[in-house]
Amino acid sequence: MRGPVLKTREEIETMDRANRVVLEILEILRGMIRPGVTTGQLNAVAEEELARRGAKSPFKGYAPMGLPPYPGVVCISVNDVIVHGIPGRERLREGDIVGLDFGSILDGFVGDSAITVGVGEVSEEAASLMDATRECLDLAIEEMRPGKRLGDIGAAVQEHAESRGFHVIRSFVGHGIGRRMHEDPQVQNYGRRGRGLELKEGMVLAVEPMVCVIGEKLAARLEKSSRDGMVQDVRTDPDGWTARTLDGTLAAHFENSIAITADGPRVLGR
Amino acid sequence: MSKEDAIEVMATVLETLPNAMFQVELENKHKVLAHISGKMRKHFIRILPGDRVLVELSPYDLTRGRIIYRYK
Repeated sequence: MRGPVLKTREEIETMDRANRVVLEILEILRGMIRPGVTTGQLNAVAEEELARRGAKSPFKGYAPMGLPPYPGVVCISVNDVIVHGIPGRERLREGDIVGLDFGSILDGFVGDSAITVGVGEVSEEAASLMDATRECLDLAIEEMRPGKRLGDIGAAVQEHAESRGFHVIRSFVGHGIGRRMHEDPQVQNYGRRGRGLELKEGMVLAVEPMVCVIGEKLAARLEKSSRDGMVQDVRTDPDGWTARTLDGTLAAHFENSIAITADGPRVLGR
Repeated sequence: MSKEDAIEVMATVLETLPNAMFQVELENKHKVLAHISGKMRKHFIRILPGDRVLVELSPYDLTRGRIIYRYK
């Protein structure tokens, strides 16, 4: 009942198809990103494309304990919104950075992936943040081999993000994924090498580093904290979902669903 | 979609309070106010004082929890 669920080769093939849907539609959305487009329009296109491929949304209607059901099929998180931005009437502007977190359910299995895209020309800081976050994910993927540990994944993300002067968000984590979107184990984006659950062939994990620029409030909390960066680093809007950085600084998010195979990590959907 | 960071601990139910809330005692002797999860409510799983349960705590408020599993 608890603990990671190992997937068979056929199940991993199914998950690969589910993730292909996600990656394809994310590319369609990436192509739409330009000043003037609303987040609601992006959501509408994503919803239509899902239906066209015979897939369902694991996001829409998702209501974890205490929260109202999520209304969209894609989380659109602009600038200081880290994750779970709700699509609506907001118009994208030149220089914005937009996180797109998208999921699908195909043949009973869930796909989950995210990218962050700049609108037109973005600031150097924004470009550096997005590049660093994508690199964090790539480094994390390299750790995903049988025999390694969950802590190796988190350490890889944390080391890289911090070497670039950014902060790794502690409040949200990646997760096992399979027939359900959120399965055991939790995959933190921080950690210590050699610690944590041993990675085994057949595990499928959604790894999703969230990285932000450090502002004053966050810096103060980090200094006062004795718990190695474990601070409340997120503010949530009254809608219950939209999660922002404390200081209004930029945040980027990238995610892939990755199967651990005997030959190493397999990024699903590619 | 990302998940909120949470800590899971085993606990024993001490007493039933109104509104489907329970006072539970964690293994480290701390007492925590916990509510029953929606999933358990949906399946009509009853919780009584003396039950051993699994409690999910937020790392940011260690005085409140959610009961997510009852052990046999």
